[in-house]
Amino acid sequence: MSNPQTFQIQEISAHPGPVPGAGTRREEEVCKYIDVTTCIGCKACEVACVEWNDHPFRETTFDDTYQTMPSTEWNYWNLIKFAEDERDGNLMWLMRKDQCMHCEDPGCLRACPADGAIIKYENGIVDFQQENCIGCGYCISGCPFDIPKFNEKTKKVYKCTLCSDRVGQGLEPACIKACPTGCLHFGTKSDMVQIAGLRAKQLRDVSGFANAGVYDPSSIGGTHVIYTLHDINTPERYGLPKHPLIPPSYTYWKWTAKPIGLLMAGLGLLAVFFHRVSVGPRLPQPEDPPVVEENRDPVEGKRKEQP
Amino acid sequence: MSASVDRFDERARREADRFGETTVHRGELLRHPVYTRVLHWLVAISFVLALLSGFAIYSPWLFRWLSPLFGGGPGTRVLHPWFGVAFDAFFFFQFLNWFAPMAWTSADRRWLKRLKQYTTHTNRVEPEEVGFFNGGQKIYFWLIVLSGLLFLITGLLMWFDDFVGRWIVAVSYVVHDLAALLMLAGFIIHIYEGTSHQPGTLHSMINGTVTEKWAWTHHPAWYRAVTGRDPQEAYELEKRRQAERERAIASWEREQNAREES
Repeated sequence: MSNPQTFQIQEISAHPGPVPGAGTRREEEVCKYIDVTTCIGCKACEVACVEWNDHPFRETTFDDTYQTMPSTEWNYWNLIKFAEDERDGNLMWLMRKDQCMHCEDPGCLRACPADGAIIKYENGIVDFQQENCIGCGYCISGCPFDIPKFNEKTKKVYKCTLCSDRVGQGLEPACIKACPTGCLHFGTKSDMVQIAGLRAKQLRDVSGFANAGVYDPSSIGGTHVIYTLHDINTPERYGLPKHPLIPPSYTYWKWTAKPIGLLMAGLGLLAVFFHRVSVGPRLPQPEDPPVVEENRDPVEGKRKEQP
Repeated sequence: MSASVDRFDERARREADRFGETTVHRGELLRHPVYTRVLHWLVAISFVLALLSGFAIYSPWLFRWLSPLFGGGPGTRVLHPWFGVAFDAFFFFQFLNWFAPMAWTSADRRWLKRLKQYTTHTNRVEPEEVGFFNGGQKIYFWLIVLSGLLFLITGLLMWFDDFVGRWIVAVSYVVHDLAALLMLAGFIIHIYEGTSHQPGTLHSMINGTVTEKWAWTHHPAWYRAVTGRDPQEAYELEKRRQAERERAIASWEREQNAREES
């Protein structure tokens, strides 16, 4: 998807008339669509993620659930979250694939003070550039989904890249490729929103989930990872915030108040400098007496003598 | 402050004077004992380190060139809180040491009203009520107390952000920066006043002494307290003696000129 027009057909041999589909452009925004209703919790996506990103096999944490570990880690970007929930007196086992949501308005990027440590591509992927990361951790508090994770060894922060390296070559992310049930989809944002909507409608009309809907939170301009949920009114049951928000202070503070603060400091330096060269020092008193008035400026004195 | 703090301060000053020395020459007064000086420079060094590393985190696009001093971006981030802890810890002792003379009085309120005359040098000699510290110095001291507390609270919240909500952390960043900007403003004025604007002041923080002239010019009430002499009278006397010296030199020069001509 680096250049969506690369494989656009330009000419066709021995074809009469115009080239069909000439000049069409695909939308560049990509999206991962996760249908939690058909996820079986097999964790193939977790393994695929670890494999593709060449992460070391790490210890799991058993906490009386089927979850591999309590939360995603700096080298474990893809985690199925298991929630045991109740619906109409029956147990409901909710499985949600947790990873970076690649927000349209990314809180991590808003919060990051380091030049070039977080970038967002035209296709919507939000990527960390660790060579520019200063490890301050602002992104961690900027993220409404608790995704960026700190590596104690490198002192930098890591997260899911939506396999930007694969997507750049026209491939789907590794998790999508591994999914055996087809609950994971990858394509353009508009296509994914459409099939997610269709699936939600099917759940509402056919499967008896009257509140089924698509999770694509508008409070952050939508995300490039969307879900269909059995009940869109209570995303908290899946561990998703209902109205993810980015602290507005990040934007205003970083781009308004911080530069003004520095400017004031700079003006303060100039002020004391010019105070010194104009008003001068406060010397211990009595200081040496000033030169007597008539000898003050010899040139001026001579000029006065002349008629 | 309680008597135990006073006892602690006195003991610390005595111990510091055992390994350090302050020589008071003729015409000089002891202003800062060894303990105060050492504390001041410990606070100053740790503050400057925290400030420089803080700048590299505050806006890396502008101060990225500072981070190599601390081992690169992440290294800066790792060291910064420790500089801050050192600053707060050293300043805590300076707080105990200076708490008493930094108490705000009505004389300081009047000093503040004269701020404009002070900056424009309307009066070259401070009014007689100005004591060991003037109103501006006291404001800076209490500003450091406030900022130091804010640094500590918000700094710990950011340092251990695993245990607090992301909104608290987000507010902490802003408050931490505000405290730093406030202190930076005071710091710029402090360095200017301590060096270039008031000659003899840096000397007092390095050697511990000031000239009597410096004392009655900038802190007359303190001059009276340590010498028992009236600062105004001492100033007038010095002024007369200086005029006499000038006259003596002038007459000597006239004699010399006459001798050379003959």
